[in-house]
Amino acid sequence: MSGLFAQVLNGLQYGLLLFLISSGLTLVFGVMGVINLAHGSLFMIGAYLAFVIARWSGSLWLALPAAIAGGILFGALLERTLFRRFRTREHLDQVLLTFALILLFEEARSMLLGNDFHSVPVPAALDFSVPVTADFAYSAYRLAVLALCVLVAALMFLALERTRMGSAVRAAAEKPEMVELLGLDARRIHTLVFALGTALAMLAGALAAPLQSVYPGMGDKFLIISFVVVVVGGVGSVAGAFWGALLIGLVDTLGKAYLPELAGLAVYMLMAAVLLWRPSGLFARGA
Amino acid sequence: MRQSAALPISRRGLAGLAAGAALAGAFPPRPALAQGAPLRVGLMLPFSGTFAALGENIAAAIELHLAERGGRMGGRAVQLIRLDDESNPANAVQNVNRLLGRERAEVLIGTVHSGVVMALVQAARERGVPLIIPNAGNASATRELCAPTIFRTSFTNWQPAYGMGLALGREGVRRAAWVTWDYAAGNEAGEGFREGLRASGGEVVRELKLPFPETNFQPLLAQIPGLEVQAVGSFFAGGGAVQFVREYAAAGLKERIPLTGSGFLTEGVLAAQGAAAEGIRTALHYGDGLDNPKNNAFRAAFRERTGREADVYAVQGYDAAQLLGIGMDAARGDVSAEREWVRAMRAARIDSPRGAFTLSPSHNPVQNIYLREARGGQNRVVGIAAEALADPGTGCRMA
Repeated sequence: MSGLFAQVLNGLQYGLLLFLISSGLTLVFGVMGVINLAHGSLFMIGAYLAFVIARWSGSLWLALPAAIAGGILFGALLERTLFRRFRTREHLDQVLLTFALILLFEEARSMLLGNDFHSVPVPAALDFSVPVTADFAYSAYRLAVLALCVLVAALMFLALERTRMGSAVRAAAEKPEMVELLGLDARRIHTLVFALGTALAMLAGALAAPLQSVYPGMGDKFLIISFVVVVVGGVGSVAGAFWGALLIGLVDTLGKAYLPELAGLAVYMLMAAVLLWRPSGLFARGA
Repeated sequence: MRQSAALPISRRGLAGLAAGAALAGAFPPRPALAQGAPLRVGLMLPFSGTFAALGENIAAAIELHLAERGGRMGGRAVQLIRLDDESNPANAVQNVNRLLGRERAEVLIGTVHSGVVMALVQAARERGVPLIIPNAGNASATRELCAPTIFRTSFTNWQPAYGMGLALGREGVRRAAWVTWDYAAGNEAGEGFREGLRASGGEVVRELKLPFPETNFQPLLAQIPGLEVQAVGSFFAGGGAVQFVREYAAAGLKERIPLTGSGFLTEGVLAAQGAAAEGIRTALHYGDGLDNPKNNAFRAAFRERTGREADVYAVQGYDAAQLLGIGMDAARGDVSAEREWVRAMRAARIDSPRGAFTLSPSHNPVQNIYLREARGGQNRVVGIAAEALADPGTGCRMA
């Protein structure tokens, strides 16, 4: 029983991290109609940024604001220079663009930082463990990541529900054609959404660096699983991404723990079931 | 580090070698054994990238032994040709061809990475070139892909893990779990751990695996308390080993269920693991504080020559050079006298810093696997886990 509790905690923690990554992916897809395959590379860039900053400053704390600020700037730059031009192009063109970006980012990482596997130390202040069950403890850093993800999710919902810009983004995600009719500046919304998505993915990478270590191609797995989250939750829905991410996190973790033979398959079986039952996702508009 | 057994290597023997040389002309004829023509030994090792330090220590130890012999083997001066394989399997075949072609190497020593070593194994099988492997532990090189001209002075992944399992069973461990990356090296080690533990009365009740090189250990660790095991065995190396040892301690498991493993779990990474590694026991064919005259002399000489402390990789390199010296002395420096040097090397008793060892019928060391305990940044030898342990060499048929 206590084992189950620890695994549920693992699943929630994994799911919340997935939410940070997939919320950006679903918004970019919903608002701009762009399939961004390079989203996993943004996660990797955030993790490597944390690694470099932690090594240079001796502390991970600086990496978190750096990932957010750097993500906003980098995301805005990418949107203004590249993604804007591909918004109305066919999906195949977008796939080619974002696949090229994956190759570019990986090559740049290889040239600047090499292909080695690096571990990133946990901040000293959180380098202790808290017993969560009679026979299993949780590192304080892991619990801090869990709390921080909940905080970011709460701030996001607050911003989306309670601010003018938030409602504009929601409107754009649900009915892109409404934005122009309402006299909103679509270009500003696109830049904002893409910058926010990039910052969230890079923040997730920075938070995950001490938990996962950093290594080449570390974003690939997260890209695929994030697409599963988006499909399960419903394209363009942040609430869908939230519940979808928690569901996938729990199914994946509990699957690995209790049905190891099906571990790799469990989340895809879930996705298939959702597609059959509610083809546009659990939280899709009009579903 | 992909599975090696998939490589479709056929042994064509000397006829193929002759035909290939005649056809392509890519390989210049062997230099005549004129007096004074140096023996060209190709060192294919990583001198850059993750494993650069390992390659440097292997090469330095080979140079050390050569210097002790006055730079000669079998009456010929020896010329070492270094080639950086970057631990990149994609360039491995090309690098081997360069050593045997343009660089006219007559003997090959290499390498660290178990994917790259397959190109060397292939060359040794197809062209009859003498090959000594100073690290890569993939079992296949001395099992199903073994050949008369292939020798190894390091270990198979099976060996240290077998020793660890055997030692645990002897201490009364009846139930243990095994944790590793799901790839060739991890699975070969897992087989060793299981067989060693079984040989001394215990059982591996659960294998927990995750894809290489993922480090999301948490779902695996949370299962361990419920397994009611008395010990955990593991195979990880490098950054993954650092992460795993730290998370095992952070999960509060270390005090209740001892973590053990193949020696690479704590080899060269103790500083990064810090207090989390303290007290962890591992098994390997070498360790710190091994007190024998040969080891003490070797360590002093290595320190004087390089300014660094010797490690297991240096020992493996040193012994590769010793083994080659024995073979070349027997053949009086004539590499084409395959029968002579193979016979001498097979029968060799290597006076190694790890303790003297001989070679098994499949050309892998029959060696002590030491039990070590991590203490104060060192892997101190505390006993012998398995004495004179040979790899089973399953599937090896020497033609």
